[in-house]
Amino acid sequence: MATVEIKNVRKSYGPVEAIKGIDIAVQDGEFLVLLGPSGCGKSTLLRMVAGLESITGGQVVIGGRVVNDLDPKDRDIAMVFQNYALYPHMSVFDNMAYGLKIRGVPKPEIETRVAKAAEILELGRFLTRRPSQLSGGQRQRVAMGRAIVREPAAFLFDEPLSNLDAKLRTQMRIEIKRLQDRLGITSLYVTHDQVEAMTLADRILVMNHGVAEQIGTPLEVYQRPASLFVAGFIGSPPMNVLDGVIDASGQGVVMPGGALLPLPRPRPDDANRPVKLGIRPEHLTISDGLAASPILVELVEALGADTVVYGRLPDGESLLIRMAGLPSCTEGDQLSVAPQPGALHLFDAAHGRRLAD
Amino acid sequence: MSNPTTGPHTTGPHTAGRRLIDLLPHIVLIVGVLIFAFPIYVTLIGSTWDAATIGRGNLPMIPGGEALNNYGHAWSESHTERAMYTPVRIMMMNSVIMALSIAVGKIAISILSAYAVAFFRFPLRMVFFWMIFITLMLPVEVRIIPTYKVVADLGMIDTYAGLSIPLIASATATLLFRQFFLTIPDELVEAAKIDGAGPVRFFFDILLPLSKTNIAALFVILFIYGWNQYLWPLLVTNSADMETIVIGITKMIGTGEAANDWNLIMATTVLAMLPPVAVVIFMQRWFIKGLVDSEK
Ligand SMILES: Nc1ncnc2c1ncn2[C@@H]1O[C@H](COP(=O)(O)OP(=O)(O)OP(=O)(O)O)[C@@H](O)[C@H]1O
Ligand SMILES: [Mg+2]
Repeated sequence: MATVEIKNVRKSYGPVEAIKGIDIAVQDGEFLVLLGPSGCGKSTLLRMVAGLESITGGQVVIGGRVVNDLDPKDRDIAMVFQNYALYPHMSVFDNMAYGLKIRGVPKPEIETRVAKAAEILELGRFLTRRPSQLSGGQRQRVAMGRAIVREPAAFLFDEPLSNLDAKLRTQMRIEIKRLQDRLGITSLYVTHDQVEAMTLADRILVMNHGVAEQIGTPLEVYQRPASLFVAGFIGSPPMNVLDGVIDASGQGVVMPGGALLPLPRPRPDDANRPVKLGIRPEHLTISDGLAASPILVELVEALGADTVVYGRLPDGESLLIRMAGLPSCTEGDQLSVAPQPGALHLFDAAHGRRLAD
Repeated sequence: MSNPTTGPHTTGPHTAGRRLIDLLPHIVLIVGVLIFAFPIYVTLIGSTWDAATIGRGNLPMIPGGEALNNYGHAWSESHTERAMYTPVRIMMMNSVIMALSIAVGKIAISILSAYAVAFFRFPLRMVFFWMIFITLMLPVEVRIIPTYKVVADLGMIDTYAGLSIPLIASATATLLFRQFFLTIPDELVEAAKIDGAGPVRFFFDILLPLSKTNIAALFVILFIYGWNQYLWPLLVTNSADMETIVIGITKMIGTGEAANDWNLIMATTVLAMLPPVAVVIFMQRWFIKGLVDSEK
């Protein structure tokens, strides 16, 4: 067990800069999720920690040791890959035992460690089978067993659940959560699935184009997104983003249709400043009054537990509203909606950073 | 063949036509096999009669009673009243040593060079790869004179080394292994790295076991290639003790000075077929094993 510190780490492929300087210190036993869209550099960052990719700039420190120039095998990490990467010609037992054998762990100890991992992962019945004789979920458990038996300083996961179907993914997600609670090993986990990120993470590192957009707990990232990018990436359906202007008194913000939304705290310094206004679909409710805007209902999606309404504001901008329960309106209806008090997110209109609350 | 009680071919109006279509491939195959097998059958029969019977020109189509005599003679005797021969047991050993050295040597060298080309980044990697590739275009016969000169200068005439080493370099096998290695997912290589396997361990623990079926297939092909070598052994062997069986058979036929001992030639030929057949049969078990627990 150990901390993993990433200090101003950069990666260039020739002229292309894939990672543009990322800083984070992962605490001992912490579960950090790297979240971001495809191509943002999540795998690259993870592979630099693993030692599979050279580090162009900065330092990676595992357990207090700078590992930049160490081989993967000397970094005391274990990795779980998306496509399992099990040795096809070895039995499940041998797959898990291989790393220990190479490290010269005595045979009886190998056997107890593998038996223990197999018990945790419920793989006992499969120890003599080949990977080809297992289902996808079982293979992924073997891959995890291979990491567990090593008792490493840190686990690295690169989209370990992406090859599984939706149901199995949910199940494995819960298993990983339980495993982490039980073993408490520092983990770095790459995914582009925000549900995985929200449920597994102690902290999330949201990445975009090789930079860290935000580092925070799942709730921080959801409740106080640091940028428009994070606001749009976390949450489903995504946050509504509208153009607004802070009024002359700094007490409220004017929506395109003219509605005046009160601000949580007055901002006299920002009077008349144009802003981007973020409102989560679940924070809009049907109501009248000064803060309400009229919308035309264009589409209603009934999801059972809740309903998503696609509406259009008078000036043509679209607005998503998520309501609990079954639909209470139909296409073509006119509604009047307003955000719940205090549920506004303000972003700078030019660079998209969150305005200080 | 489809099950006659449940198969779709036995019902419906087209039964007779269907039968014929079912049978046709079998007929073609049987005729083909007969054409291929007939000369071998004649050889087998011939090896069981005495020289005089065959010499008269009308070889019976049923086995005669001279089998033990012929095979015994061919196996260990070095002469008949007509001519001097190298006994089959010596030629057989020479051929086996040569074919095995070629097959094992080719596989060992090509798997190692393919490993280097496929998994390591080193300066001029592609230059080496293309050099290997270009040698594909030069068959042994083209470079046979210079090769002979080199082997002669090194004093390797009439040695097993001289017989096999010049035939060992193989671009084809290198390419085959390289193509196979490229299908191995990067993650597998990386998983091994993280598990702590260095290049040598990775080769022996992972790459070699995964290449098992490829090696078996190549071994069969290369053993037969080595076994059937003619021109090269003819050049580099002078003494009768180093003769290979393919050379031996051709030497037994037709110096013109005396009638041929056809019974012995045919017995020798039958014996010469046995090792390749044995290799095929033995290696086939490995193929099937590889196919059955098809691994990824
Ligand atoms: N070997 C390479 N040479 C050049 N560019 C590369 C190389 N590997 C990755 N990149 C680039 O680096 C960027 C980050 O790639 P990376 O694989 O880390 O993305 P990712 O966030 O893991 O995406 P995904 O979710 O699709 O796996 C991409 O834009 C990619 O094109
Ligand atoms: Mg990736």
